[in-house]
Amino acid sequence: MGNAVVAAGLRKAYGGGDKRHVALDGLDLTVPAGTVHGLLGPNGAGKSTTVRILSTLLRPDAGRAEVLGHDVVREASRVRYLIGMVGQNAAVDEILSGRQNLAMFGRLYHLSGKEADRRADELLELFGLAGTGRKPVKEYSGGMRRRLDLAAGLILSPRVLFLDEPTTGLDPRGRTEVWSAVRTLVEAGTTVLLTTQYLEEADQLAHDISVIDKGRVVAGGTPDALKAKLGGDRIEFVVHDASDLAPAAALATRLGDGEAEIDEDARRVGVPVKDRVSALIALARALDEAGIAVEDIALRRPTLDEVFLTMTGVAA
Amino acid sequence: MNTVGSRLGWAVRDGWTITRRDLTHLANQPWQLVVSLLFPIMMVLMFGYLLGGAMTVPGGGDYREFLLPGMFGLTMVFGLERTLIAISTDASKGVTDRFRSMPMSGSAVVLGRCAADLLDSVVVLAILAGCGLLMGWDWHRGLDQAALAFGLLLWLRFAMLWVGIYLGLMLPGPEMVMAAQILVWPFGFLSSTFASPDTMPGWLGAVVEWNPLSATVSAARELFGNPGVGGDSWAAANALPLALAWPLLLTAIFFPLSVRRYRRLSR
Repeated sequence: MGNAVVAAGLRKAYGGGDKRHVALDGLDLTVPAGTVHGLLGPNGAGKSTTVRILSTLLRPDAGRAEVLGHDVVREASRVRYLIGMVGQNAAVDEILSGRQNLAMFGRLYHLSGKEADRRADELLELFGLAGTGRKPVKEYSGGMRRRLDLAAGLILSPRVLFLDEPTTGLDPRGRTEVWSAVRTLVEAGTTVLLTTQYLEEADQLAHDISVIDKGRVVAGGTPDALKAKLGGDRIEFVVHDASDLAPAAALATRLGDGEAEIDEDARRVGVPVKDRVSALIALARALDEAGIAVEDIALRRPTLDEVFLTMTGVAA
Repeated sequence: MNTVGSRLGWAVRDGWTITRRDLTHLANQPWQLVVSLLFPIMMVLMFGYLLGGAMTVPGGGDYREFLLPGMFGLTMVFGLERTLIAISTDASKGVTDRFRSMPMSGSAVVLGRCAADLLDSVVVLAILAGCGLLMGWDWHRGLDQAALAFGLLLWLRFAMLWVGIYLGLMLPGPEMVMAAQILVWPFGFLSSTFASPDTMPGWLGAVVEWNPLSATVSAARELFGNPGVGGDSWAAANALPLALAWPLLLTAIFFPLSVRRYRRLSR
């Protein structure tokens, strides 16, 4: 399979004179078809601008971008038949019901009245909104609204879906709902480009991540690769008796790949390791043989938060 | 697929979908129409009965007959708020962006808005006219002249549509919309809606006479055969051509501005 999205040297500045603000400063991006790509970055990094250019809402000042081989500026109307766009707000009509919304958008996607109604029912079913009847959207919960918004972006079963901060402002339950909806789409072969400020979200959903800052990509790769860049894994365990801390740390230093650290208050020992799984097994066995009672033992990898902080200098 | 004919066809079809959206709003919350009618009806009752006794119409005549065409005109101008709110809500909620990311006709959003708002104005005018008839207002120069008067009122509403679309795209949020609504008031009240300019201080009378709303209201009074028409000034003597020219001028200014503003969304 080829690439669903290719962007090269995208530049975009807003305003002029003193108020000129550079949003994109030569951004490159490639998203293979059938994958989920996460655009991760702090506020104002250029995430939304990128998505708005790719979804034909905004013209770039320089550079070019293609969606499924079609130029987003010159072939904008062609691109609009192939994409779905879900912006930061739940862009639906509050006074209409969910079904009325989807049927309206279906007609505007140039489905016939009958097809639009049928597609509306299918999508309501798919997103667990079938029971909402004539209830106007303004009475929906945040999660329901967002799911309806997603559904509206999927009327033509787009091959590429742009999601701009799809879970911003949602409670954990709403977030889980949206995540599972996105996973279902990806299983069906949709390519998703997702912007987020939530590292957990990128970690959960994305195959590949581009970390962007000040309008450029500053790092990229799989979530695992990004974490590995930052440093290796650690094993951490908690001993039952504080008196075991010293011998346990000695064992850990011998079996691990570095000096073990002791946290007296938490009765915790931590040690960096290279071969994570065999180190974990060996250490667990050694502790058992030495008769040291362990309350908890775990492998810990650096979180994307730490990756993010290191690369952009901004705490997420 | 891109012939002029098919593009026009899609523009009309998509425009109708947008208009239908507004009609569905009406079906979903019919009380909204009642609320929007409450204001003009209360104004008519208040001015017609509470204050009307103290009002005199220059040249004589019944005050309520004088008042009704004024209320029709004022309602057309206040219709601006409806357009303004619809446009700015869609823009701030991201619905406008959704439309723009879809393969629908670009002009349909505006076409649909236009049809929906004019349709709404026709309904409101019909109901207000019904109330007027109950209060003793009538047209005296035949149905064709009356139809012409209603046509002029809708022509003013049509011009206000572009002002509303332009302002709706300009203003960033609901707070600014409130401010804009308040600014519509002086424009509405500094007119010959409630009192003849002849009764005002000279400078104020001149401002009021040249208000586009006054031109439409005076022309409507003339065509309905209601009292309070005429005056010494040029504006008063030429209400009919002015009632055609003012909305044309407003449209000529605000239509291109709205189109430009809409295009600028992609910059």
